[in-house]
Amino acid sequence: MLDIRYPIGFMFTLLGLIISVYGMATGSSEIYRKSLGLNINLIMGLVMLVFGLFMLFLAFRKKKG
Amino acid sequence: MKIEMGFIDYLIMVIYFVFVLGIGWILRRFMKNANAFLEAGRSMPAWVAGLAFISTNLGALEVMGMTGSGLKYGMMTTHFYLIGAIPAMIFLSLFMMPFYYGSKARSVPEYLKLRYDEKTRGLNAVMFTFMTVLASGISMYALAILMEKVLGWDFNLSLWISALIVLIYTYLGGLSSAIYNEVLQFFIIVLGLLPLVFLSLNDVGGWSGLKESLVSITEAKGYAPDTWLTTWKYTGQASSNPMGVEWFGILFGLGFVLSFGYWCTNFLIVQRAFAAESHSAARKVPLIGALPKMFIPALIIIPGIISLVLLNDPSKGFELPKDAAGNPVYDYTIIMLLKQYLPTGVLGLGITALLASFMSGMAGNVSAFNTVWTYDIYQSYIRPATGNEEADGKHYLLVGRIATICGILVSIGAAYIASKFGNIMDFLQTIFSMINAPLFAVIFLGMFWKRTTGHAAFTGLLTGLIIALLHHGLTLPEGATTLVKGGWLGTVHVYPVEMAQNFWTAIFAFSASTVVTVILSFLTKPTKSDDDLRGLVYSLTPRTVTENAPWYKRPAGMALIVGIIFIVLSILFW
Repeated sequence: MLDIRYPIGFMFTLLGLIISVYGMATGSSEIYRKSLGLNINLIMGLVMLVFGLFMLFLAFRKKKG
Repeated sequence: MKIEMGFIDYLIMVIYFVFVLGIGWILRRFMKNANAFLEAGRSMPAWVAGLAFISTNLGALEVMGMTGSGLKYGMMTTHFYLIGAIPAMIFLSLFMMPFYYGSKARSVPEYLKLRYDEKTRGLNAVMFTFMTVLASGISMYALAILMEKVLGWDFNLSLWISALIVLIYTYLGGLSSAIYNEVLQFFIIVLGLLPLVFLSLNDVGGWSGLKESLVSITEAKGYAPDTWLTTWKYTGQASSNPMGVEWFGILFGLGFVLSFGYWCTNFLIVQRAFAAESHSAARKVPLIGALPKMFIPALIIIPGIISLVLLNDPSKGFELPKDAAGNPVYDYTIIMLLKQYLPTGVLGLGITALLASFMSGMAGNVSAFNTVWTYDIYQSYIRPATGNEEADGKHYLLVGRIATICGILVSIGAAYIASKFGNIMDFLQTIFSMINAPLFAVIFLGMFWKRTTGHAAFTGLLTGLIIALLHHGLTLPEGATTLVKGGWLGTVHVYPVEMAQNFWTAIFAFSASTVVTVILSFLTKPTKSDDDLRGLVYSLTPRTVTENAPWYKRPAGMALIVGIIFIVLSILFW
């Protein structure tokens, strides 16, 4: 059956990329006044990207071994 | 309280739904018979079923309610995650799962049939199917109303679109699809709410800042300064804590009756463990679920406590919406926090997390409903198996799929009833929440006392329900006026808060059920021989422990680890 780590991995990698790129593009925007001046999009985007890639790593490693 | 979502927020939401539907689409080719569709072919790895096990419980209404409770009651809300969950999960894993899984029962009602008799199964199956479509309807209603109020979407459109998405993925992939999406939902909830905790805690000056700010607020309310950050410390008397309950009510009402009734006998929850790939995986499911369970309060209760500080600091500009009577709507706390702290981008993630948990709540109910309907009602009373396994498998697969469609249609109907007669739905939900306590009494006695008979169990179950109804009808939480909250037979006792009333309803129902079942078991003749009960009753089942895994990978070892973390957390936040 389908290994659930693939969809989780692909989805969070994709979302992470989108949100972190959006974060970079809006670097010093007004919108971050809400988040205490922190570029929370960039931070969370990277967290999600790392999580997504880690899930994919686990899934592919199992497939090989 | 409208939230403006940007293009990027909608994009995130759309991507999530594409994945949700995609999982259903990929799984559809594995759905060859009823067993694959309704039981996920008993093929789920322990960690997948384990995350689904707690994710099913982590519905949006739960998240919204618990954040609101964090504001109202503070850290005491974590009782629902610690004493009100962990001991029951450990018990389920170590003592009950071997009989559930080992008996090859496909549902909790079917276990009742194997252990007792047809009528006990029938009673439970009928109540359960009613309860699940009702719960799913209420979930849909809440989702649509939220979309309408917060995002400005059309009520009908939100209702039908969300129902359609749930229908597509559960129709295509059955229980496997529901479980996979629950795992996906678990991660999106954690990652979606993480920035909220991080930002709000920073805003009030970290943990020590929170502690300091709470002092004057709680003193003004007439409680000790650290009340909002403690769990057991002020439970010596009901009046010294905001929840209005004393330690005995928490320990016995929540920690024993309510929690064991919910976690050990609610088929919606234990179905996730039934779907595990092996006996030992099934036993690990509740323990794997217990680990993240203990840390969920950090994500949803702590932001609730922080919002109490925000509410009392006008410079933050934080407000809760008010209802018609001018009272703050605590359930919207988490929404207002999302609005307060999250800029477009992560905002879409947070909103998607809430939507995701609404939908997986519906999917969970629907997938439990179609299993009980197909096996315990249709197969038992309408069309029994013919003996031709392949033809039967195909036939019941079709029935399961039709039940999925019907279940969702009935839920939509229930959602509309809820929108017109909200009180009736509240009332019914309260009534149905009472079925778990007597059910636990009956299953517990059945598993651990071989003398328990079918007649006794049936009568015990029914008595428990009647007693629960009577208690609810004769008591009232303070300040309540509507009959929905109780008191519809007259008022004998008034509880300080609704929660205390719920605890005691469960305690009375459980005790009545136990007493009646025990007495009648002595008075009636057992209809099942010891041979019939092998694998269903503790004392008649040989224990075969031949696992070679290291100690921490065995159920007992994992239970020990979970237990230690539970105790440490309880002491840390005493």
